[in-house]
Amino acid sequence: MLAYILRRLVILLLSLVVAAIVLFVLLRLLPGDPAAALVGVGATPEQIAAAQAQIGSDQPLGVQFLAYLGDLARFDLGQSFVSRAPVIEEISRRLSVTLPLTFAAFTLALLIAVPLGILAAIRADSWAGLALSVVSQIGIAVPVFWLGILLVYEFSLNLRWLPSGGFPLRGYADPGKAVESMILPVLTIAIVMSASLMRYVRASMLEVLNSDFLRTARALGESHRGALARHGLRNAAVPVVSVLGIELSTTFLGAVVVEQVFSLPGMGSMLLLGIQQRDYPNIQGVLIVSTLLVLLTGFLADILQRLLDPRLREARR
Amino acid sequence: MTRFPMTRRSFASLALAATSALALSAAAQAQAFDPEAVVNIGSLYEPQNLDNTAGAGQGINEAFNGNVYEGLFVLTDDGDVEPKLAADYEISDDGLTYTFTLQDGVTFHSGDPLTAADVKSSIERVTAENSASSRKSTLAVIDSIETPDDKTVVVTLKTPSISLPYNLSYVWIVNDAATDISSSEDGTGPYTLQEWRRGSALSMVPFEGYWGEKPSNGGVMFQYFTDATAQNNALLTGAVDIITSVQSPDALSMFSDNDDFTVSEGASTTKELMAYNDRIEPFDDPKVRGALAMAVDNEKLLNAIWGDYGTLIGSFVPPTDPWYVDLTDVNAYDPEAAKAQLAEAGYPDGFSFTLDTPDYDPHPVVAQFVQNELAKVGVEVKINIITANEWYTKIYKAHDFEATLQEHVNHRDIVFYGNPDFYWGYDNPEVARLIAESENVSSMEEQTEMLAEANRIIAEDAASMWLYLYPQIVVSTASVTGYPLNGLNSQFFVSDIKKAE
Repeated sequence: MLAYILRRLVILLLSLVVAAIVLFVLLRLLPGDPAAALVGVGATPEQIAAAQAQIGSDQPLGVQFLAYLGDLARFDLGQSFVSRAPVIEEISRRLSVTLPLTFAAFTLALLIAVPLGILAAIRADSWAGLALSVVSQIGIAVPVFWLGILLVYEFSLNLRWLPSGGFPLRGYADPGKAVESMILPVLTIAIVMSASLMRYVRASMLEVLNSDFLRTARALGESHRGALARHGLRNAAVPVVSVLGIELSTTFLGAVVVEQVFSLPGMGSMLLLGIQQRDYPNIQGVLIVSTLLVLLTGFLADILQRLLDPRLREARR
Repeated sequence: MTRFPMTRRSFASLALAATSALALSAAAQAQAFDPEAVVNIGSLYEPQNLDNTAGAGQGINEAFNGNVYEGLFVLTDDGDVEPKLAADYEISDDGLTYTFTLQDGVTFHSGDPLTAADVKSSIERVTAENSASSRKSTLAVIDSIETPDDKTVVVTLKTPSISLPYNLSYVWIVNDAATDISSSEDGTGPYTLQEWRRGSALSMVPFEGYWGEKPSNGGVMFQYFTDATAQNNALLTGAVDIITSVQSPDALSMFSDNDDFTVSEGASTTKELMAYNDRIEPFDDPKVRGALAMAVDNEKLLNAIWGDYGTLIGSFVPPTDPWYVDLTDVNAYDPEAAKAQLAEAGYPDGFSFTLDTPDYDPHPVVAQFVQNELAKVGVEVKINIITANEWYTKIYKAHDFEATLQEHVNHRDIVFYGNPDFYWGYDNPEVARLIAESENVSSMEEQTEMLAEANRIIAEDAASMWLYLYPQIVVSTASVTGYPLNGLNSQFFVSDIKKAE
């Protein structure tokens, strides 16, 4: 197991380095000069040159690249071209919005999807099971931004229960408001996500229900409920966990859209703004940190899967 | 407001605004206001940092000009330039020496008194080698700054510059002891920065030691949105009291048909235009440009895009520039005359050209409209959609285009027509002379006269095709009054805003 974890860690680091290189190259292929974007239309060539010198975009690409790699190795993501603030500082502030949003939505989605998915599988032949399948199918088809707008329309504009967007100036120091402003975004993501998760849970559960080992357990005298709890759920969980890793990453990236709809100051709006302003350090920072989080999620999901499924561990030996 | 001659259209809208302003002020007098109330302002323009010489964007002017920082002069919401931190000033007979006497009793937010040295260092901050201020070139005319005593600043110029007071209205007077003004501030304005959370909001509270009149509210909070719909929703739900400028007409109906909200139209400085590359055939011929101008029904275009809002000005100069003249009659809409004039210029069968169109609103719609109109006089327009960045490199820098659409937002920007190297390449020595010499005259009247003349010439030359002037629309809840309507150069003075109890 330890050897496996180490091997996975090495792969994770290598992927990160490759991602960093690809990002750097892709960004420099984009048209547009960050210095020109910085000083704006109407700037003189001297002003642009001054801005270039200030942000270092007048250096040869090779020099810029080495400086970038060196900084990365020291966990230094550089300084924003535009705000001059350290990128890492800005990212941690933004993550304080995006991470809770992602995890709350993910947890809520699980709380909805797992029981309903199991129910849909157990009652697959009844009208309740059918209804659940139909609802989840609709849920998958709904675009996340559209659902967000719909929720705002109903809960903010009509009922006036919740704010339509924004985040309090003091952040979590104003806990009531901070939580209030997160409710609709969390619901938006959770609803859409639980729809697809529910289908995985249902499919996986159906497979287990029809399995030989469950029949054998019943034959050995266990009750249906007991057999399901002891053997069924754990087996059904394995494929679901492997999907969870991917789903969690998708949620994190999907938060970009939701943050836009609700004007939340998260990673998504930082990325969009960075692109508009050609703020390379900010774009690079957001993408590197996002890549790292996605890779880490995959890593943890793999390990969790091995803990759940002894067969995967045996196979290695 | 009524100083300017106006078109019928703008007169109607201004008259409306005036009536509603009267009604509002009457209501405000009847209604007691709460001097402690915090006013929430929704905006789409979050500053990138807090330093207006470091590429912070228009948002910093909106939040800080006149609110946190003050200049020697102020550009009022009506377009007048008035002394602010300069109590008094004298100009030498040759127009080369300006002597400013500073206001008494002014202190910075940190408690330091305002001195001549602060003024000198503040101006030099803008003109410095590494400054990214867009005002740098307009202040390049300054030769030296002397401070004979704490209350006196003497600015010596290389050549006379009648616009110096105007240009100084953008120069924030910053405490020379302040070290980092990109994330904190030390100004003399009626408000101090309380807190700024990047990506969400910026709040400021009244400064107890302010030398001037006390604000009529208990503070303001700018809340920043990345999406216009989210901003409108915030106003609808009462999360904000005002939105500073409405950029799309779609949302207006939900506010204009509702008594809980006030929709006000001020005078904007944003002009939508089709710029030809005046260097190349056939656009180097004023006859051709004039014919194209006559072929397009601007009234219909404006109506299609903005409904009853917006103004036609017939040129590049908006009503808030002192040298505004109503030029809508020059090359007015007349497709038959356009055809005749095209034939006269040697294009009886028309011609075709490519219109480089930025990919964001309203340009693509405008491009289609122009394409349609010009087809009627036999001119074929090929629309080429480009990004803002391509616009900058291909058109603004490389001058590699036939015609393009763009919005120009600045106040007093007719000077672009005096520069033959500007992207549109308009080159008329008489206009260049008028614009250059208007800077060296000794009175505003002379300057106004010369620039009005230049304005008339570019209109007759149809230097570009000026389509319309954007409306400047501010929407607020009915309980809030006293906010600026015109928002010249993105300024938004908040000190007089009152919120009903």
